[in-house]
Amino acid sequence: MQLLLARWEFATVTVFHFFFVPLTIGLGFVVAVMQTLAYRRHDASWDRLSRYFGRLFLIEIAVGVVTGIVLEFQFGLNWSAYSVFVGNIFGAPLAIEALLAFFMESTFIGLWIFGRDRLSPRLHLATIWMVSLGTILSAFFILAANSWMQHPVGYKVVAGQAVLTSFWAVLGNPMLWGSFTHTVFGAFATAGALVLGISIWRAMREDDNSEHRSSFLQAGRFAAIFTFVSTLFVGMSGDVQGRLMEVYQPMKMAAAEALYKTSSGAPFSLLTIGNLKQKPVVQIRVPHLLSLIATLSWNGQVQGINNIQAAEAAKHGPGSYVPVIPLTYWSFRAMVGAGVLMILLSGWGVWLCRRKQLNRLVGNRWFRRAALWGMVLPFIANTTGWVFTEAGRQPWIVYGLMKTAKGVSSVPTADIALTLAAFVLVYVVLGGIDAWLLVRAARLDLDHADHGDETAEGSETASLVY
Amino acid sequence: MPRFADLNTTWFALIGLLWAGYFFLEGFDFGVAIVTPLVAADETDRRICLNSVGPVWDGNEVWLLTAGGATFAAFPLWYARLFSGFYLALFLVLLALIARGVSFEFRGKFDTPRWRRTWDWANFAGSLVPAIVWGAAFTDLVHGVPLAPDGRYYGGLIGLLHPVALAGGLASLALFAFHGSVFLSLKTSGDLRARARRAASTWGIAATVLVGTSVAWVALAGRPATPGGISGTLPLVLGVLASVAVAAACVVVWSGRDGWAFISTGLAILLAMAAVFARMFPEVLPASNRAANGITIGAAASQHNTLVVMTIVAAIFVPFVLAYTAWTYWVFRQRLTRPPAAGTSAGANAAAPAKGIAPAPGSA
Repeated sequence: MQLLLARWEFATVTVFHFFFVPLTIGLGFVVAVMQTLAYRRHDASWDRLSRYFGRLFLIEIAVGVVTGIVLEFQFGLNWSAYSVFVGNIFGAPLAIEALLAFFMESTFIGLWIFGRDRLSPRLHLATIWMVSLGTILSAFFILAANSWMQHPVGYKVVAGQAVLTSFWAVLGNPMLWGSFTHTVFGAFATAGALVLGISIWRAMREDDNSEHRSSFLQAGRFAAIFTFVSTLFVGMSGDVQGRLMEVYQPMKMAAAEALYKTSSGAPFSLLTIGNLKQKPVVQIRVPHLLSLIATLSWNGQVQGINNIQAAEAAKHGPGSYVPVIPLTYWSFRAMVGAGVLMILLSGWGVWLCRRKQLNRLVGNRWFRRAALWGMVLPFIANTTGWVFTEAGRQPWIVYGLMKTAKGVSSVPTADIALTLAAFVLVYVVLGGIDAWLLVRAARLDLDHADHGDETAEGSETASLVY
Repeated sequence: MPRFADLNTTWFALIGLLWAGYFFLEGFDFGVAIVTPLVAADETDRRICLNSVGPVWDGNEVWLLTAGGATFAAFPLWYARLFSGFYLALFLVLLALIARGVSFEFRGKFDTPRWRRTWDWANFAGSLVPAIVWGAAFTDLVHGVPLAPDGRYYGGLIGLLHPVALAGGLASLALFAFHGSVFLSLKTSGDLRARARRAASTWGIAATVLVGTSVAWVALAGRPATPGGISGTLPLVLGVLASVAVAAACVVVWSGRDGWAFISTGLAILLAMAAVFARMFPEVLPASNRAANGITIGAAASQHNTLVVMTIVAAIFVPFVLAYTAWTYWVFRQRLTRPPAAGTSAGANAAAPAKGIAPAPGSA
């Protein structure tokens, strides 16, 4: 019971946190690019856009920061046996993340918010780039920690603790570089899809040929290109990750396809109705695709769940080493499906506004609808992607070294239940307020003056931004 | 027998420094939020209070995350036992930090009095709770908590709330409120500054009494010193010095030197944390029931390799962090004044209710 509740609590606080993380990483970068364009070209339109999307960014970063604090302590609260086992290795990237990334992000965001009239434009521009760099560094170090759980390297086990033998091995973990690329471009694509949807929605509502409309169209074109390029990188890095997974976590690869028998030239099913284990009722398959994903060869052999289970049981002792197959199977499909749709959507957008015919972005009714609904896609892909990554590693908390069941704290069940219930409640409220504020901020006039802007004139008076 | 100069001890001291830095910096954020209802006469005043910490509160909070992360990396057993043991106490702090963290950004995003009051309250409660809980928790740490032979604490939240810990919690509340009032008088001007200074005098007296009481109580109730520990006198001397620094800050406040008063309250916080860590040494989790059940630095520490990596990273990057943090404080060094826009309409407005809400402020 403790284990179940602790897992639900971790899933809740992490999944919720990760709605905001990609937005902060992505929007931070987008706003930095927009502000750079405004600065370099003395372009009023990019300046307006950077302020407008900057407001959305600040709402998201606020929730991202506070939900991140919870995670820093979640390991100690509910996973103390795990913390003792991995602290030597897992703790270091977390501490370094705080020192290198969180300080940078949090200090420079203050400078960016309050420094608009106090710093030179050039220095003010530098602060948003520091914020963006901080968010990206943060992703690197937290993924270093996570990748070690997926594929432990640079360690030896001494007296019931994993101790560090090579920090370079931890930072050079191939899983880390795969997931870092995938996550950061995924975050860029998330922000891109959001900026695209909002820009199209706003451009539709502005008067024809108005300055604001052309600003939003400009943002829409930028977002389409940015999302398209980012999703391509997401796809390519995901492709690399598939082959790494077949080498380091074959069970997860097999679980992604619910492939029970080891096969050569294995197909990839797009959809299954009926039982995943026995004979399904309907299944749509693409021949040889799984072999291509996992091994990059037409008839490559992909190991099946049954074989891997037998091998794992022989190596680690009796027990089930199979994750929850419907969860891994469907989350993998949802992730890949949402990702492919994003490539198509943003590619469509890029094609529509070729030769700078920006009006075509809003001229096509179907594209308008697709862009609006497309804002949901990255959140589906991000969430199901992480569900797949983490659920597919089960029953391990550290792959091959420690089982999840062994990592939990000896805390009263009632305490975990209480905190879980409270986090769910608080996060539902927080999520609702955040969404409401985001919509309100998105509806604001493009030239909306923030607090602070009105008091900025006298330089001796510090501006009241909040 | 722990050596004073080895990496374990160094990291124990560094984590002490991180906590001390956290309380020095976020201490005044908490304090500002706690005294805002007492000193702010109108909406403009409340905004000035909020904006006085606006550019820096987020960076200040990272000291906590760094302390947490460094504890995880350098002393995994400490991180695991402390936070799973002090479970609900930490949970309360986390909820509080969520509420106050979003209040800064959310408050101004919707323009009704009720909305703003809600987030003012979130900021107040979200600062009050950690201000008390952190003090109580660290008093528990120096005083020792009953530990099972495996070093686990099973006493729950109630077990942490014994009288001496409550005294410690109130002491930290008063000290942070004092620190925050002094910070406000350093950062504001006019009537608001006068009221902040009055609040500082009151909180200063409370803090002097409560910090002094807690130091004496912990010393008298003292658990027996662990073999290899620093003799009982050094922590006591540091504790007494902390109390003296609080008292000195009161005197400086009366003499009207805001900068020196802020240095004194900050020094008091640093000295108090030095006393806490000196008193815990050589343990990270001292037991009140049986000395042998406590967890020592050596038992909790990570292996040499991890500590070497951490030391190198810290040596390279801490100077950068300190430099840009210092630069931020330099950029935002000005006192905040009532904006001219608010001065005409709200200025008259401010003078009238000021008499009603706060006792008539003497002119600065």
